[in-house]
Amino acid sequence: MSAAAQPVPPATITIGRDATPLLRYVLRLGDTSLILGQRLGEWVGHAPAIEEDMALANLALDCVGQARLLLSYATEIDGRGFTEDDLAFRRDEGDIFNLLLAEQANGDFGRTIVRQFLLDSYFIELFGGLAHSKDARLAAIGAKSEKELRYHLRYSENWLTRLGDGTDESHARVQKSLDELWRFTAEFWVKDEVDTALVAQGIAPDATALEAPFRRRVAQCLSTATLRQPADAPIALSGRTGRHTEPFGRLLAEMQFMQRAYPGAQW
Amino acid sequence: MSEPAPENWAPEEATAWSILDGIMDPEIPVLGITDLGIVRYVRRTAPGAVQIGLAPTYSGCPATDVIRNSVRSSVAATGLAVTVVEVLSPPWSSDWISARGRARLESFGIAPPAGPVSSPRAILGAERIRCPRCTSERTERISEFASTPCKALYRCTDCREPFEYFKCI
Repeated sequence: MSAAAQPVPPATITIGRDATPLLRYVLRLGDTSLILGQRLGEWVGHAPAIEEDMALANLALDCVGQARLLLSYATEIDGRGFTEDDLAFRRDEGDIFNLLLAEQANGDFGRTIVRQFLLDSYFIELFGGLAHSKDARLAAIGAKSEKELRYHLRYSENWLTRLGDGTDESHARVQKSLDELWRFTAEFWVKDEVDTALVAQGIAPDATALEAPFRRRVAQCLSTATLRQPADAPIALSGRTGRHTEPFGRLLAEMQFMQRAYPGAQW
Repeated sequence: MSEPAPENWAPEEATAWSILDGIMDPEIPVLGITDLGIVRYVRRTAPGAVQIGLAPTYSGCPATDVIRNSVRSSVAATGLAVTVVEVLSPPWSSDWISARGRARLESFGIAPPAGPVSSPRAILGAERIRCPRCTSERTERISEFASTPCKALYRCTDCREPFEYFKCI
């Protein structure tokens, strides 16, 4: 690189702390799509069959596309001239606000499908609700994403059924993943001052209204897949306030390596 | 969206449309971007200046950036000042693909979207997809996702050939 003459931008930026509720909310949405997209992208070249490799890459592409729409909106709200890439590559762990379920490691294919199914079942309600937001930009992004989510959900539902109602081995494995991952769904329904403010303004859908349709869909699909729904449990951590689980550090290191090692690098 | 009929276009708008008609989708080179329905409007904003509204197909479609750049440079080459605006709402729908676009897709070997998005069959994925090679309707889905986000992978059980299907969205 011949970047010696160019000023090197500061490596780390902070955007979400002390930000307005709208900005924090948009970051939560955008970061969840970004981190899930990164996890799905890890499958490229490793999936059990070429069709699933392409399918997971396509899901990743949609997630990253949704993240771009949301994070570029976040940069406009912030107004300091950062780009969506700055947000993806130059923030530290405590300033990234994704749902914890999105950052959980891929594990085997079945575990990825369980994670995807739970998130898709939530997103389809969330984006459907956002489509009616009083914030025109979020409404547009919600309506667009919801259409894409229908295909994601069809895919994850289909595979969950095949694996759950499959062999003893596949059943046992997805049941184990479901038992391990279910607790993270509790985070979908936690409401803090950001949610309360935006629900009151008609910008964000009320999580309570999303929960019943989510549970109906999950119960129905798990029953078809002959899987047992684990018991609910409270959750102490919250990715939405920047407190993450152990696998997150490694994901971030890989995702941000290039910009951290060579700040401002372009190609 | 009520766009003016061609006879009411300003000369700048007519020029821009004629250029846009010749720009092809980079991943489906027989399909023009106007056939695809992603050009939402062309507006004269000042003498010699137009604004063009483009709707992305899928959020993450890499072709979107390529299309935006080629729209900008091709229209600018006619001497017009051009700005390109991303139109997210209403979201792009495969229903907006023109009849000519559908015919071109099929002749290229890609089955066009089976029907209006509003039909329950399309939502449930229960469409009958016609093989673009032998026109048989005895086809089956191999995979929900294919080489680009907008397509699924099918095979024909009569001619045994695999083919791509442009999904309803």
